[in-house]
Amino acid sequence: MRLRVKLFAYLTRYRDNLSSGTPCEVDLPEGATLADLLRALQVPDEEVKMAFVNGLAQPEDWQLKDGDEVGIFPPIAGG
Amino acid sequence: MWLIRVNMNDLTSRVEPLPDAYKHLGGRGMTSTIVAKEVPPLCHPLGPNNKLVFAPGIVTGTPAPTSARVSAGAKSPLTGGIKESNGGSSWAADLADMQVRALVVEGQAKKNGKFRGLHLVWDAAAGQPKVEFFDASEHAGKDLFEAFPKIYAKFGDKISISGCGIAGEYGYGNAGIVYNDPAKRPTRYSGRGGLGSVMGSKGLKFIVLSREGSPGVPITDEALFDQGRKKMIDALRTHAVTKPKGALNTYGTAVLINILNEAGGLPTRNFSSGRFEGAAKTAGEAIFEGNKQRLGKELYNHACSPGCIIQCSNTWHNPDGTEAASCVEYESDWALGANCGIDSLDDIATMVKLCNGYGLDTIETGATIGVVMEAGVIPFGDSQGAINLIHEMGKGTPLGRILGGGTAFAGKAYGMTRVPAVKGQGMPAYEPRAVKGIGITYATSTMGADHTAGYTIAPEILGVSGKQDPLTPEGKAALSRGFQAATAFIDTSGHCLFIAFAVLDIASGLEGMVEECNGVLGTQWTTADIGRVGADVLQTERAFNEAAGLGKETDRIPEFMLTEPLPPHNQVFDVSDEALDSVYAEL
Ligand code: SF4
Repeated sequence: MRLRVKLFAYLTRYRDNLSSGTPCEVDLPEGATLADLLRALQVPDEEVKMAFVNGLAQPEDWQLKDGDEVGIFPPIAGG
Repeated sequence: MWLIRVNMNDLTSRVEPLPDAYKHLGGRGMTSTIVAKEVPPLCHPLGPNNKLVFAPGIVTGTPAPTSARVSAGAKSPLTGGIKESNGGSSWAADLADMQVRALVVEGQAKKNGKFRGLHLVWDAAAGQPKVEFFDASEHAGKDLFEAFPKIYAKFGDKISISGCGIAGEYGYGNAGIVYNDPAKRPTRYSGRGGLGSVMGSKGLKFIVLSREGSPGVPITDEALFDQGRKKMIDALRTHAVTKPKGALNTYGTAVLINILNEAGGLPTRNFSSGRFEGAAKTAGEAIFEGNKQRLGKELYNHACSPGCIIQCSNTWHNPDGTEAASCVEYESDWALGANCGIDSLDDIATMVKLCNGYGLDTIETGATIGVVMEAGVIPFGDSQGAINLIHEMGKGTPLGRILGGGTAFAGKAYGMTRVPAVKGQGMPAYEPRAVKGIGITYATSTMGADHTAGYTIAPEILGVSGKQDPLTPEGKAALSRGFQAATAFIDTSGHCLFIAFAVLDIASGLEGMVEECNGVLGTQWTTADIGRVGADVLQTERAFNEAAGLGKETDRIPEFMLTEPLPPHNQVFDVSDEALDSVYAEL
């Protein structure tokens, strides 16, 4: 299956030449979870605070499906 | 410790010992107590019976980190209710160092085109602060970027300044109180609620502090204070959000643009969508990368005020590396960006600088422009048009005055129904339909639509202090109530609200905050008292509002949000009136 994935803030350092919020396409086997995606991207678990799938925050064992849009964030805050 | 009263009727002042009843108050607790006690709730906010109160927080002026904050309070010309608007500046710490726990400006100078300034100095012989008046009329009608250097030239480099801009002279509902930043620029604001106009209405333009020789803040129990301070520093230095080169220090508050957009909660084009296609272009990451490109090096953020170790304030630079504007906060970036359909950081920065120069609140300005864009005055995305509208406000043209009245006022003038405001105050950068808890805060806060009053975004979007589903209304009244009370305590303590991100996750940091306060005051509060002390402040504010005619029927979200589903989640604001009413009924 094919996913559209965005990395934000300093997580972009795990991907060459990717700017924050620019989507890239990632292919994963059917049934893969968010945790599988992080492994495939080589983004360390402990640096991820929030992961959104189609605009909804989901836990790491969330099963992804073809065409999902995923946004991955480190800890951030503001106001 | 002193309470200073300045009477603008006859240009006199009194320096009084702080009454015992106020000994344990600071910041918002102090301003709201004095306003509630002394200001008639039904008075005209721009009339002689309103009072403008400034109070540094309990630990402001001490070595407690991230605590150079001041509360400004009055009856608000924007909401008609009580207002506390918090700002960070050396002005806060200097007022505290002069042992002034409250500065109350009363009465009203005759309207003759003249403006006065106050100059507070430390009178070493008398061992107390002293007030001098000066003629500030030459600064009337002038851009604050023009006026500030002249004030520094007159009083010397060691001063700090607060004041109002042209917006405050005109009496706009959208007029903030400005303070200097560390680079002597007029960029820090108690922005919300029109307090700049309360200042202007009194014939007062600037309050200059010369702290030289002042004794500093006395600390009752040094050991306890130090223990608390160390815990607070540890929490701020270790939490991923607040530590050096952490999210706030690197990307500034505008780092929130992308996550709110991803969650479908970034209000776009006057609250008609929760997603903006230009989000990434205007986000904190784009500011960091853009500066890096234009300056040829990484630029981390600076402190708005002395002693802040979070340091979240950014500066955007022009293509030639010169400074464009400081500070492009999340709220300003959103209000003048996504909310107006504008995706150019250069144009957003231009507007931020204009607001700072005219003395306008950036949130109210962007929310107002969003409404009139929808009304067809200019199209969405027209940044040059938006810049022109801000100039109209600065010039005081009839259109400018309509806009200066704020979001709700301009919405009425143009017959609009999609007007994002509560109690007359324009909504900040979080969509109530996509984040239910913050909608409850907007609806019920004593301040009108105010995100800082109960920042449920922390658990609903950021995963700080637990994780909660933003789309469900379940349990959110209690969540908002808890945040509103805790916030009232933090605003009283003198800490910047951003310490909350660290201390909500790190229990010893929270203890540290209470120990710092106990160390200064000699109180014996525990963390269990945070909610109670905060709730007392809220009750005081609530009682004032009810007497001013802002009862629970004004604790409501605009009707269009109850009926128009918001993309992408196609949600309406589905919190019941009973749940909204329970926020204060069960406080
Ligand atoms: S965290 Fe940011 S807003 Fe708060 S005091 Fe520090 S620099 Fe100012």
